[in-house]
Amino acid sequence: MTVVAPDAELREVHGPSALGGGWRRFFDLLWLISVTEFRRTYFGTVFGYLWSLVRPLMLFGVLLFVFTQVLKIGSELPYYPVLLLLGIVQFTFFQEATTNAVTSVVAQEGVVRKTQFPRLVIPFSTVLTALFNFGLNLVIVLVFVLAWGVDPTWTWLLFPFAMVVLLILTAAVSAILSVLYVRFRDVAIIWTVGAQMLFYATPILYPLGKEGLANPTIEKFLMLNPLAVIFEQVRVWVLEPNAPTAAEAAGGALHLLPALAIFIAICTFAVWIFNREAPRIAEDL
Amino acid sequence: MSVDKATSNQPQTGVRSPAPQPGDPLAIQVEDLRKTFRIPTHRVDSFKERLVRPFSAPDFRELKALDGVSFDVRKGEFFGIVGRNGSGKSTLLKILASIYRADAGTIRMAGRLAPFIELGVGFNVELTARENVVLNGVMMGLTPRETRRRLDAVIEFAELEEFAELKLKNYSSGMLVRLAFSVMLEADADVLLIDEVLAVGDAAFQQKCADAFHEMKERGKTIVLVTHEMSTVEAYCHRAMLIDGGKIRQLGDPAETGREYLKLNFERGVETGEATGGAEGARLLDCWLVDGAGERTTTVEQGEKIRLRAEVEVEREASGLGVGFVLANADGLGLFEFGTPVTAADGSATIPAGEKVLVEAELENPLAPGRHFVHCGVQSDRGGGVYLYVHNALDFVVFGSAQTKGIVTIEHEIEASVEPKGGEER
Repeated sequence: MTVVAPDAELREVHGPSALGGGWRRFFDLLWLISVTEFRRTYFGTVFGYLWSLVRPLMLFGVLLFVFTQVLKIGSELPYYPVLLLLGIVQFTFFQEATTNAVTSVVAQEGVVRKTQFPRLVIPFSTVLTALFNFGLNLVIVLVFVLAWGVDPTWTWLLFPFAMVVLLILTAAVSAILSVLYVRFRDVAIIWTVGAQMLFYATPILYPLGKEGLANPTIEKFLMLNPLAVIFEQVRVWVLEPNAPTAAEAAGGALHLLPALAIFIAICTFAVWIFNREAPRIAEDL
Repeated sequence: MSVDKATSNQPQTGVRSPAPQPGDPLAIQVEDLRKTFRIPTHRVDSFKERLVRPFSAPDFRELKALDGVSFDVRKGEFFGIVGRNGSGKSTLLKILASIYRADAGTIRMAGRLAPFIELGVGFNVELTARENVVLNGVMMGLTPRETRRRLDAVIEFAELEEFAELKLKNYSSGMLVRLAFSVMLEADADVLLIDEVLAVGDAAFQQKCADAFHEMKERGKTIVLVTHEMSTVEAYCHRAMLIDGGKIRQLGDPAETGREYLKLNFERGVETGEATGGAEGARLLDCWLVDGAGERTTTVEQGEKIRLRAEVEVEREASGLGVGFVLANADGLGLFEFGTPVTAADGSATIPAGEKVLVEAELENPLAPGRHFVHCGVQSDRGGGVYLYVHNALDFVVFGSAQTKGIVTIEHEIEASVEPKGGEER
């Protein structure tokens, strides 16, 4: 049973890289690792998934109480609780993915140092795992949305588009953080604070517009934050067609350009720094 | 994945398949590979430190791990790479495996490569064997579908059918190794890069590895093996390369490379103080085994006599000189110590400086199959004279098919008979 493989041609080996070994292998690995990780977390234990729901729901409960009963911010808005929940769920995705990504490459040291593993799979798999989680949480949000009597509109179809933008942003931030952490270990601490700041710099607790924040200057500043643009647009598309759109909040569509520029800058920086560092990660660990 | 049973009991020496000829296609082509590591003397690993000292460039010293290495490996060739720790061989392997990037030079490779830098590194202990096998397969470049199709064969070869759904953290190390090896065979890559994996596992597993390597050779796979173990190189490799200080020191016949490697070991062994004790005064020039015909060997068949040779140079006049050896097994357990006094040609007990002493010993061989070591000591009778001790002066493999749980085979008589019936129960 002598099997002689057909002669393959000599091809140059380029060394480790972000993608390493072709697109198909990259996506196969990414998918497999994320699915396995997701299954392990949520199907291994009976309450696994319930636990993952508890955190955003608890936060939601506390904030809802504080803001509607104590501070009475959102009481003017009929959909404030749903808006709050949707915002929290979206932000939880961003936060969970990026926070897990920070230490991911270093945590996978064994794999990085001893196998020809496409480096980018590692932070991206934390994003994808968080995305699965996000998907499940969105089901709960949908239940709330319908229970609060929000009317479905055609603009719901635009929601996935917003989520794709959110996903790209999350992936880019994750890649940057994971690769910086290899060099600078205080990134983890910085990011804990950074994520917290972003939470407040995004209109989640306080709706924009005259029933909410009602402060055009601050709203303009907030629209520098790509997350804020996404979240506000989702609010318009999904819950309140009459709420100020991102462009309105920024004071004109042109004023959204800085946010777009920031978004593009983050993505470009992510590609650049990951490509630059990927070949050397194994040595720097 | 059927291992040809007929081959499994053969001694593993001399199974070298015909060497690929110069006209055969190349599998790996390496040209002028260079790699320098910058080792920071003070590591800056936080933004804080960067901010505190923004303009002071971090100090580092340069370490040339590879300094212009070029070689070709032909398709179907079993190629050995040997070298001491820190010689650059692991760096070379990691560059070949796309784990490190070379500073300069090119590598070209034909077909799919599967690196095995260590058995089972890609494993996640929180996952089951099944999940790990799929993950590893994809990592080797198979599609998930292909991997799932081969899953059962892998688990079966590893003899782990009952434990397929068990998380790896609950596996014994033996089970892990079996699984890892099985995964590696199943990857079915064209070029295999293997680092020291033969050194793991018990005798039975080593035998299985040996069989598997034999089969891979038959199937025309190209194998690059990095090892310390000269016996493996001599038994399998068509060609071997010795790396020292990031450069190729010897490339060609495995036996030749093996001798060069031993020489290198001894040169350094004394220099770097692997020989303990301040007053040496003697040098172990060489230590080797010979077979029945007097030829050098690194393997001994089970039960066959061990013929040990050593050459010692006396550097300082010594009286009452003795040479001794300790035979140890792979676990480092000393099994047997033996030695002899050395007398000069004229019968006097004083050996003048500059003399060379040849030691010839012949031992019965009750050793179980596996790797063994010989430590060598030279000492004069009164302190302050000569004292030399070389740990692992020689390592060799006892091969054979008789599996045993012990470390030695002891001459014995044993008989079992069925008691005659009808006797009263006692």
